[in-house]
Amino acid sequence: MYLAKIYVTYKQSILDPQGEVIKSALHRLDYQTVERVNQGKYFEIMFAADNESAAAAEVKAFTEALLINHNTETYRFELAEV
Amino acid sequence: MKAAVVRFPGSNCDFDMYYALTDFNIEADIVSEKTQDLSEYDAIFLPGGFSYGDYLRSGAVARFAPVMAAVIAAAEQGKIVVGICNGFQILTEAGLLPGQLMANKVPGFICDTVPLLIENDASVFTQVYAKQQQPIMIPIAHGEGRYYADEQTIAELYANHQVIFKYQTDVNGSVDQIAGITNRTGNVLGMMPHPERAVDALLGATDGRGFFKSIIASLALEVVGK
Repeated sequence: MYLAKIYVTYKQSILDPQGEVIKSALHRLDYQTVERVNQGKYFEIMFAADNESAAAAEVKAFTEALLINHNTETYRFELAEV
Repeated sequence: MKAAVVRFPGSNCDFDMYYALTDFNIEADIVSEKTQDLSEYDAIFLPGGFSYGDYLRSGAVARFAPVMAAVIAAAEQGKIVVGICNGFQILTEAGLLPGQLMANKVPGFICDTVPLLIENDASVFTQVYAKQQQPIMIPIAHGEGRYYADEQTIAELYANHQVIFKYQTDVNGSVDQIAGITNRTGNVLGMMPHPERAVDALLGATDGRGFFKSIIASLALEVVGK
């Protein structure tokens, strides 16, 4: 089995209203050094694959099919055999 | 004309749409998201609500509901396909309309009645409205209604007269205040405002009636043409 940890975030060019609200709140808490906040999504997906390269291809395929919207989001992932 | 209103798990404007259609003497059925054959219908309506709880992204899970293959087939056949609010979100996720609906610029749910400008008064969905009678007052109710598409896509939408409705004011941060668009061929429409909630004086709003009259007029013309 493989465990993929997938991090989905908005592309840099996309306004993230939730991130902006969180940034404002951090400033109100006096963390004035905070310059940018992005609120993303995190997935842990356990699945079977024959080998690591097949598993990586599978993560790419299912992430791009459902987990992200190509218009606005990008992703990275970590993969481990478990 | 026979219309289908597709009910997804979490749809909550399905009966509003059904009521509006039948108020215009349109024969309508509410059909399940498991339906795989929509061939008997001339027009398909995807109603507002929170399909599949809006989990992941609005419309992202509904896009893979069994009925969507039939919705895409109907769109390709040139049938009228309308997505209101969550239906609009589903149509963009399914790739039937360009762009995406994102969280409102100021986070939170907006429930209001807002002035809408009719950008294209010659579409299947707006032909009985006249540009000079704008704006029309139509209810909105959404948390993820900020229309976004990249600059090139927006330019193409305007060049092909696909921008149908715009907000008169900056309601939710949508690019260029866009509230509703069609596909390139003009038979698939998505819009965040709810014309089906503005068809009855008893409920305080009737500016949505032109939307349904336009669709009826379009279909009648098509029949005459054949």
